[in-house]
Amino acid sequence: MRIPMATFDHPFLPNAGAPIRKSMLEAIGVASIEELYSDIPAQVRTNRPLKVDWLPSEQEVKSHVDRVLGENTSASDMPIFLGAGIYNHYLPAAVKSILSRTEFQTSYTPYQAEISQGLLQSLFEFQSMIADLTQMDAVNSSLYDGSTALGEAARMACRATGRKKILVPLGMHPAKFSVLRNYTEPVGIRLETFLFDKETGGMNSADLQSKVDRDTAAVYCEVPSFFGVLDPEVANVPSISHQKGALSIVGFDPVSLGGLKPPGEYGADIVIAEGQSISTEMNFGGPALGMIGCRGENLIRQLPGRLIGMTTTLDGKERAFSMVLQTREQHIRRERATSNICTNEALFAIGAAAYLSLLGPQGLRELFESILVKTNYAIKMLGEIPGVVAPRFASQHYQEFAVSFEGAKGTLARLNKSLLSHGVHGGKSLVQDFPELGESALFCVTEVHSTESIDKIRLLIEKLREA
Amino acid sequence: MFHQAKWNEPLIIERSGNGKRGHTPARPSDIERKVVGRDPWNGVPKALVRSGLPPLPEVSEPEVVRHYTRLSQENFAVDLGIYPLGSCTMKYNPKVSEVIAQNPKLEKIHPEQDESTVQGILALMHRLDQFLAEITGMSRMSLQPVAGAAGEYLGALIMRAYHRSKGELDERREMIIPDSAHGTNPASAAMAGFNVVVVPSNDDGMVDLEALRKVVGPRTAGLMITNPNTLGIFEKNVLEIAKIVHDAGGLLYYDGANFNAILGKVRPGDMGFDIVHLNLHKTFATPHGGGGPGAGPVGVRKDLEKFLPLPLVGFDGKKYFFDYDAPDSVGKVTAFHGNIGVLVRAYAYILSLGPDGLKAVAETAVLNTNYVLSKVLERSKFELDGRQSVRYGEENARFWAPFAHRLFSTNCRRGDDGRSARDRESPRPRRTCRGVPQSGKGGRD
Repeated sequence: MRIPMATFDHPFLPNAGAPIRKSMLEAIGVASIEELYSDIPAQVRTNRPLKVDWLPSEQEVKSHVDRVLGENTSASDMPIFLGAGIYNHYLPAAVKSILSRTEFQTSYTPYQAEISQGLLQSLFEFQSMIADLTQMDAVNSSLYDGSTALGEAARMACRATGRKKILVPLGMHPAKFSVLRNYTEPVGIRLETFLFDKETGGMNSADLQSKVDRDTAAVYCEVPSFFGVLDPEVANVPSISHQKGALSIVGFDPVSLGGLKPPGEYGADIVIAEGQSISTEMNFGGPALGMIGCRGENLIRQLPGRLIGMTTTLDGKERAFSMVLQTREQHIRRERATSNICTNEALFAIGAAAYLSLLGPQGLRELFESILVKTNYAIKMLGEIPGVVAPRFASQHYQEFAVSFEGAKGTLARLNKSLLSHGVHGGKSLVQDFPELGESALFCVTEVHSTESIDKIRLLIEKLREA
Repeated sequence: MFHQAKWNEPLIIERSGNGKRGHTPARPSDIERKVVGRDPWNGVPKALVRSGLPPLPEVSEPEVVRHYTRLSQENFAVDLGIYPLGSCTMKYNPKVSEVIAQNPKLEKIHPEQDESTVQGILALMHRLDQFLAEITGMSRMSLQPVAGAAGEYLGALIMRAYHRSKGELDERREMIIPDSAHGTNPASAAMAGFNVVVVPSNDDGMVDLEALRKVVGPRTAGLMITNPNTLGIFEKNVLEIAKIVHDAGGLLYYDGANFNAILGKVRPGDMGFDIVHLNLHKTFATPHGGGGPGAGPVGVRKDLEKFLPLPLVGFDGKKYFFDYDAPDSVGKVTAFHGNIGVLVRAYAYILSLGPDGLKAVAETAVLNTNYVLSKVLERSKFELDGRQSVRYGEENARFWAPFAHRLFSTNCRRGDDGRSARDRESPRPRRTCRGVPQSGKGGRD
């Protein structure tokens, strides 16, 4: 059905109706809208309707998308033991309520401080809470996700040191490594990996020490590691790095800081994190929340992205907030900016501030402890199954752990498929990315995994392996 | 007249105290505790244990909700009125998109799930890829970039991959960018290792063709351009620009910041562009969240598809799948599959408007822009330099921006009090926050 444009009246478009258009055209002094488009070369004009679908009523749009999304099986339908960067945590209703405030949701970047004080204050509070949690001097108001935060951190370290090599763990998420490579390779930064210990899953310190040199701009490590290992050696990495004049970048998990030492306390220079777990649902991996913080004025000047500061009004009577140190940024410094980032994940920075305020000191510590207990429980349950090694690494784990399955190639793939047919999603296969670990998978357990769901996967694996 | 709330709200940490809490997280079950047995803290390496509690606010749930609700009220937003600040299309964010995005079948799916369990979202992504490719006139889209600047960066990475594949990357180090470009363009090019060459605008606010001819050559990697440009003017010599750049062996990049004005009227692919990004949080009406999230899908012409990030969504006639079979791909630009929540909202927006509606969006935007322009010229002491080019803006919201840019730049005429518009644009917070610039005086108060 084709509707002539002159009568196209759409609920989203206040000025599309024919009478309004006519009076506006008269005011402008042109005969038609086409006249306003006369600068576009005629030979390339689109003279046919675009081939996109149209559903004329809101109800149809809603039903259609509901139907399409209905094909998914979600964590509400089955237990899912996946983590590896995106985590299913319980998001308090108050966080959702605050994020649904459309004064936040539909607002623009706070360039104009006069009409953005509430947003600016919220972002300032986010920065302050993360700085306090990590013991950093400055935290910005968000980057895209944890992987681009690492990319930015690596570039920062290279600018600050004038060096061109970044050391990263071999045992990191391959997708994160790929993003890091795209952030570093074009400007000649080299990435080198250091090994992990085959028994403990922790870092191979001897290998790391042998690779840190005078060309090294920074060493990156994560706690918990990609394998969920709480590796005490991480606390020594800053001093190992500093001995050679290199910086230390530590990747942290925000919830884990309820129980774990702030990276700043053991000397980290830059910290990064994926903050999805404390601000928004999984949403198939995005939007997420990149976090970055650092210590020392030299590094602060190298920070990418927006920083919000607290100040007083000109008459000195009131507190006020605005973007600060903007000369680092692309809208002022252009090609000499510290980064190209403009749009970020501000809404979820507000979500994280609300989340951390709600949980508070006690809540965050209890949540850490809860996940710790559940991780230990799940490890114990899976470890009792014959032919299953859980955990694969002899270490303390938090939230995630690798599990090895005895058997020929394809064992894990078959198991995961069978689990799915029984309404459980198993762990992330490590077979392709870490073949040296054999038929292994990375399991994730958070506070949302009930005892029953952990028992269920244990029983299913036991049964399926016997079959 | 807009009078904003003013709450004298303290920092949340200043409300803190007395061991209050705003949320009780789920505790482990008795069985779990019993099975685990020993104090779970025993296993945590001493070197990593936090001493004491994390330093966070101690506040109750009502205090947290009131605090952030009050702060939300100290904020202007599209739901309160038009947002005529330049540099970003800010338009109405349809509520149906929000309702649709709150589906647990979207919120509670994990990016590493087995493909058989995420056929719905894969189908939606596949369809959105096709819609956006059709709308831009490109061959294929990557939905992975999460913002406009992330799209630009991917575009620059694709240019690198393209020139490397021809063995010319070492020579082609220069990215040409008009002086009117948004700051992210030069920043993205420089991040990708290119040297930025600025090409000046002529008196009409368009790329100076003679200047462009002088700077292109064997060192040219590409040209990044916004059209309608950042001044709100359509680069009517775009076909000549494309020819000049292509003849020199460079690629033409389309920055979609102002695409809203030409939706359904002309497609970047038909104008000769090789790589395109769209800002879904602009043209496709997804909420901008105070600066983010966004989404910046990138489309390319056929022979550049092989460089797009991993993975694209494929369809074998029965099932949707992630296609990792792309040896020439640049890899990944974000850890997972992009800002999916934003993509779903944009998909709903396209369906809500359809082909005629999308065109009507552009027409309404341009009509509004020129209407306001005519009113301002009528009523104020401002005038436009040079030829009065037609300006393209967006419906509802952005329509002020194109010429606001001009007023704040080359075409500024002094107001009654002798101050320029730029002088009036005080960045300093003021006590009373009133209104947004709708007065037609060119200042920001």
